[in-house]
Amino acid sequence: MRTKNTILFSLISTFFLIFLISIWKILATLQGLSINSFNIEIIFIFGFLISLAHLGIGDRIKSIYKSIIFSSIFVFCDGYLIQKLPIWYNVGVFLILYFFTNKISKYTFIGLKEEHSTQVILFDFLTLFGILFFSFVILFPFYMMLVTSFKTQIALLVNPLDFSINFGQDIKDLFKSYFVIFKSYKFGKYIVTSTIVSVGTVIITLLFAIPAAYAVARLNFFGKTFLSTSILIIYMFPAIVLVIPLYTIFSQLGLRNSIEGLLIVYTATTLPVAIYMLQGYFKSIPKELEEAAILDKLSWFGIITKIIIPLSIPAISSVALYVFMIAWNEFLFSLMFLDNPNSFTLSRAIQYLSGDAETPRQYLMAGSVVVTLPVLFIFVYFEKYLVSGLTAGSVKG
Amino acid sequence: MNNTLANTEKKTAYILTLPAVLLVFSIILFPIFANIWISFKEVELKDIRIPEPRAKKIVKSISNEPSKIKILYKLRNSSLIQEIRDVSFQDNFPKNFEIANLDSRCSYEKYNLKCEFGNWPAKYRENFQVVFETNDGSKIDKKNLKSIKPKLDGKSDNILLNTNFTLKNFKKVLFENEFVDLLLTTFYYTFFGTVGSIVFGILTAQMVNQKFYGRTFMRSVLLFPYVAPVVALAYTWELLLDPNSGTLNSLLLNYQIIETPINLLGQKYIEISILGFDFKLRLALTTVIMFEIWRYFPLAFLFILARLQAIPKELYEAADVDGASPFQKFFNITLPQITAVISILFMIRFIWNFNKFEDVFLLTGGASGTRTLPINVYQQGFAISDIGMGSAVSIVIVVLLLMFMFFYFKLLGKRVDEN
Repeated sequence: MRTKNTILFSLISTFFLIFLISIWKILATLQGLSINSFNIEIIFIFGFLISLAHLGIGDRIKSIYKSIIFSSIFVFCDGYLIQKLPIWYNVGVFLILYFFTNKISKYTFIGLKEEHSTQVILFDFLTLFGILFFSFVILFPFYMMLVTSFKTQIALLVNPLDFSINFGQDIKDLFKSYFVIFKSYKFGKYIVTSTIVSVGTVIITLLFAIPAAYAVARLNFFGKTFLSTSILIIYMFPAIVLVIPLYTIFSQLGLRNSIEGLLIVYTATTLPVAIYMLQGYFKSIPKELEEAAILDKLSWFGIITKIIIPLSIPAISSVALYVFMIAWNEFLFSLMFLDNPNSFTLSRAIQYLSGDAETPRQYLMAGSVVVTLPVLFIFVYFEKYLVSGLTAGSVKG
Repeated sequence: MNNTLANTEKKTAYILTLPAVLLVFSIILFPIFANIWISFKEVELKDIRIPEPRAKKIVKSISNEPSKIKILYKLRNSSLIQEIRDVSFQDNFPKNFEIANLDSRCSYEKYNLKCEFGNWPAKYRENFQVVFETNDGSKIDKKNLKSIKPKLDGKSDNILLNTNFTLKNFKKVLFENEFVDLLLTTFYYTFFGTVGSIVFGILTAQMVNQKFYGRTFMRSVLLFPYVAPVVALAYTWELLLDPNSGTLNSLLLNYQIIETPINLLGQKYIEISILGFDFKLRLALTTVIMFEIWRYFPLAFLFILARLQAIPKELYEAADVDGASPFQKFFNITLPQITAVISILFMIRFIWNFNKFEDVFLLTGGASGTRTLPINVYQQGFAISDIGMGSAVSIVIVVLLLMFMFFYFKLLGKRVDEN
C-alpha cells in the first residue's frame, strides 16, 4: 500500500511539474528563444526523483533549504548541462521548482498511509492543474492579442514565434499600430460612436425599464402575468430571426446607417432583461415605504424618483453596466445596419478592417485591444455589480 | 372608493408599462410576424428599396446674356425594376424670375414651377431644361439658385405590401439546399457546444470553490472570454490558428509535433485512425465548437459556483465523519445538488447556441462544413440577396425554437411542481 501510494504520489506530482515547465517553455519560445523540444523524459526523471527524495528526506532538513537545493540542482542540470539558455529563463525555472517543492512539502510518508490519500493527492493536484490550465487557456489569446499589436509585419515574418517586445525602441515605433489605426482608420470616431450608442442605450433602457419594472413588481393590473411571462419568452428570442424584417423596414424608413436605428434596436433587445432584473429587486423593497408616500400624496412619479430609485442604486448600476456591455459588444445588428464607414461602431469597424486581406494583422489586433480594454476594465473594476447582473441576466448572449 | 383606487392603479400601470411594451413589441414581436409574411414572398434585396423619382439640378449661365439662365434637371427613376406613377415636380425661384419657355407639362405661378410628368418606367431618364430671365435685368446668383432643391413625388408599388404569395421559399429551404446536412451541423454545434461548456463549467466551479490564494482574481479571469467583445476574440483565435503563420501551428512545428501545418478553420474533414478504425472528424466544426465552449463555459461556471456555495457545509462534514473519499463526496453530494442548475443551464444554452450567429460567422463565415441555420439566414438573405429565402429559414428556426421552449417550460413547470 505504501509503495503504491508513494509511486502514485510521485507520478502525479511529476506530471504536474511537467505541465508547469512545458507552459514556461512555450512562453519562453514565444519570446524568441530557440527551444525545440520539451525534454519531457528528462523532466520526468528529475521530477520523479525529486518527489521520491522529498519523501525520503522528510523532516531531516528544513523544508526551505530542501526546496532551494532541489531547485538549484534542477536548474543546473536543465539550464546548463542540457541546453544553454539565458538567465531569465533559468530564474523562471528556479521559481517554478521552488513553487513545486513547496507544494509537495506537505505530503509525508505518514500522510500517504491514510485512507483515500491518493484520491486526496489527485484532487489537490487536479485543482492546482486546473487553475493553471484554465488561466493559461483563457489568458493566452488575450496575451497574444496584446503582444501582436506591438510587433511589425516584418518582424513576424522573420520569426513567427518571436513576440518579445523591445521596450528600448521609440514610443512612436512601439505604439505604431495604434497610431495608424487612429490616424488612417479613424478609430477615434468609432470609439465615439460606440460610446454614444452604448451610453445612449443604457439611458433609454433605464428610462423605459424602471417604470415598467415598478409596475410589474408592485401594481395590480389586467395582463400582468401575461406581461411578465412574455418578457421571459421574448428574451429567449434570438436576434438572427429579427434581422431580415428589421433590415427591410429600416431600409424603407431610411434608418439604416444611423445611430438612432441602432439605439432603437439595442434598447428593444435589452429592455426585457433590464425589466426582469429590476422587478426582482423592486419586489425586495419593503412596501411600507411606498404606503407612507401614498399617504403623503406622492404621485407615482414621486414614488419612483424619491423612493424606488435611491433605494435600488446597486441594482440599477448592475443593470446599467450589463446593458452597456451588451451594447458595446454587439455585433450582429451593427453588421446588418451599418455599411457606411462613417457610422461604424468599433466592432463593425474591426470586422470591416479584417475584410481587407491586405490589412496587417497587428492593426487588427491593436483594434481588438482597443475594443476589449474598456470592457475588461469595467468588468474588473465593477466585478461585484456585474457578476450579480450576469447571474440574473443569465441567458443573454 | 376602493374601485376608483384600483382603477387609478390600473391606469398608472398601463402608463408605466406602455412605452416599454410598445417598443419591445414593435422591434421584436412585429418582425417575427413580418418574417412569416416575407417568407411567403419572392423578394430580393434590390426589391426592398422604394423607387424614388430623383432630379439633379444643374445651373448654367448663357454667354453674353447675364440676365438669362438655363437650368437643367437630370430626371431619373432610381429603381431598375419598378415604375413610378404620377410623378409630380415642384421647384421655387427668386421673386424676379420670369420663365422664357414653358414645357407643356408644366405651369409657372407665383415663382413656383409645377410639372406633372406622368408615369416613369423603370430605369427612366430625361434631361429636362428650362430657361429663365430676370425681369429687372439684375445679375443672377447661381449659388443661391442651386441651393433650392426641387421636390419630386410619385406613387409606386411597395413589393412588400402586395398580396402575391408563393410557397417556393419553403420548398427550396426544406427540399433543396441540403437541409438535413444543415440541421445536423446546427445540432452538432449546439449539442457539443452546450455539453462542453457545462462540463468545463462544473470543473472550474468545483475548482474555484476550494480555498486558494488569488481565488477572486481567478473568478474574474474565468469570466473574461464571456465579457470580452466577440469580434476581438474571434480574430485573435483566427490569428492563433492560422495555417501559414499562426502561433499554434508555428509552435507545433517548432516542437516537431506535426510535420505540416493543420488548417484548423479551413479544413472540413480530418482522417483519424483509432485502434484501426478510421474516423472522419469534422475539423473546422470541431474548432468552432471549441471556441464556443471556450467563450461560454464561464456562464455555466458562474451559475454552478453560485449553487455550490449554497450547499450546506454540514453535508460535507457528515461525509467526512463517515470517511467518504473526495470522489464519493463529489458524486454523492455535489453532483445531485447541482443537477437542477445543470438542467436549466442545458436548456438555456441549448436554445442560445442554436441561434448563435456571430461566432461561426467571424471564424469561418460558414465555410468548410460549419454552415449552421443562423449562418444560412445571413447567406440566403444577404450573400445571395434572397430576402424571402432568408425569412423562410428564420421561420424554420422560430418553429424549432418554439418546440424547444415548449419542452423547456414543461420541464420547468414540472420542477416547480416538485418543489
